[in-house]
Amino acid sequence: MIKKGKIAVIGDKDSVLAFKAVGMDTFSATNVFETNDLLKHLKDDYAVIFITETLAEQAADTLEKLKSRPYPAVIPIPGAGGSNGYGKQSIKRDVEKAIGADILFGE
Amino acid sequence: MARLAVNPTRMELRRLKTRLKTATRGHKLLKDKSDEMVRRFMELVRQNKALREEIEGDVGEALHAFMLARAVSSAQDIEQALAMPKTEVTIQTGTKNIMGVDVPDVTVSVPSPKDLLPYAFSSAPADLDAAVVKLSRLTEKLLRLAEVEKTCNMLADEIEKNRRRVNALEYVMIPQLNETIKYILMKLDENERGNITRLMKVKSMIEQENI
Repeated sequence: MIKKGKIAVIGDKDSVLAFKAVGMDTFSATNVFETNDLLKHLKDDYAVIFITETLAEQAADTLEKLKSRPYPAVIPIPGAGGSNGYGKQSIKRDVEKAIGADILFGE
Repeated sequence: MARLAVNPTRMELRRLKTRLKTATRGHKLLKDKSDEMVRRFMELVRQNKALREEIEGDVGEALHAFMLARAVSSAQDIEQALAMPKTEVTIQTGTKNIMGVDVPDVTVSVPSPKDLLPYAFSSAPADLDAAVVKLSRLTEKLLRLAEVEKTCNMLADEIEKNRRRVNALEYVMIPQLNETIKYILMKLDENERGNITRLMKVKSMIEQENI
């Protein structure tokens, strides 16, 4: 089953504008409620949703709910302020969940 | 370990023995599945980590250039310049199956890099060009990351679920069945012994009467 997918970017206005130039649909949000709202609306139309780390951290509950299905893939990316390590933490959480101990970031 | 509430009969014993056989076989299969999933997961998660580190650096750089562009030129100018993007990234989305888990499979078709900038050179600062070009190079990688990271998420979930199943079989189901089978065997043996004693007793009583 192959479908055409679209890409969305959610973030604060500064981070998001740049992605518009490369052909992704951008949506700006400033707080948790706006983010949750956007995710709710976008989850069926978009295959990949990039979301800035700060917002992803705040909307972690909603992201958790979207984890069990193949699409959309909601991926945290660093925002204009640089990375705060949330993306790496989520990898770490995955490893801990699957293996039981963190063996990647051990050093 | 608690045993199951069953009648200690031969039929029940037979039934339980088949169940034990099925449980043991299921346990072995699930354990193998778990091993293989963990192997795949480790491969993917290493990839995921490398990709993410790379991307975090690159996106940071691109956004930094973008910030510079915003600093030298007014917000409206930038917004106007980017208001009508020329390119559109299209992706083909499917699913593939890793050890019984449906994971996303993304094929990207990135448009040709020439003709990327949707504005005239004179209307925007050079930093903006740099930012846009950098980001467009990143697009494919970003989508790869999306695919790999989502796969890792889903595999991690599935591994956890699978581990619960394996543990339930190994530490609850199988010991319980073993215990119950042992109990039934003991009970049947005990009955058998009781029966023999009774027969011997009856026999000796008859012999006494005969004398």
